[in-house]
Amino acid sequence: MTIRSGWAAAQARNTVYLALWTGAWLVTLAVASLGPALLWDGHGAITLVALGVNLAVGAGMVLANKRHLLGLDELHRAVQLEAMAWTLGIGLVGGPAWQALETAKLLPFDAEIGHLMMGMALTYLVALAVGLRRFA
Amino acid sequence: MKNRLKVLRAERDWSQADLAAALEVSRQTVNAIETGRFDPSLPLAFRIARVFGCTIEAIFQEDPAPPS
Repeated sequence: MTIRSGWAAAQARNTVYLALWTGAWLVTLAVASLGPALLWDGHGAITLVALGVNLAVGAGMVLANKRHLLGLDELHRAVQLEAMAWTLGIGLVGGPAWQALETAKLLPFDAEIGHLMMGMALTYLVALAVGLRRFA
Repeated sequence: MKNRLKVLRAERDWSQADLAAALEVSRQTVNAIETGRFDPSLPLAFRIARVFGCTIEAIFQEDPAPPS
């Protein structure tokens, strides 16, 4: 039996689009974050434009992610749902706790949004790997 | 839930990848269903039955209830 799966090709395409949008978002985020100090000497208007571009590309990334998730088969959608549940839960519970640690001056450094993002990203990756391994 | 997916597939000399392509799911999903680690939704169960040309009941059997 030789069946050419259009679904598999669409899946691969969605994954590539998501990777490209994510890469573009990271680049625009780096430009918007570092540009004022390194590229345009704090010029407010240029910073606003850079942030606007970052938000627009971010919206594209969100849509690409939604499309990618909707294109998955039901097993992979279930794995993603569980990984996102862990990520959201740990972000929601861990974020304020991290902030409380700083408020109580128990952290030797400032609690920043980047720490929360890093924690959520790691949680997502680990939960995804565990979920995929369970069904491998 | 037990199933006869592996037997039906072998009878037709289909690989897991062949069946996955016919069902428009990943090979990993076919493998997880075959080994009983993942129960398909009703729409997917209907698709599986259609691909094999038989009823859902001919492919999937409920696990016997554990003794109470």
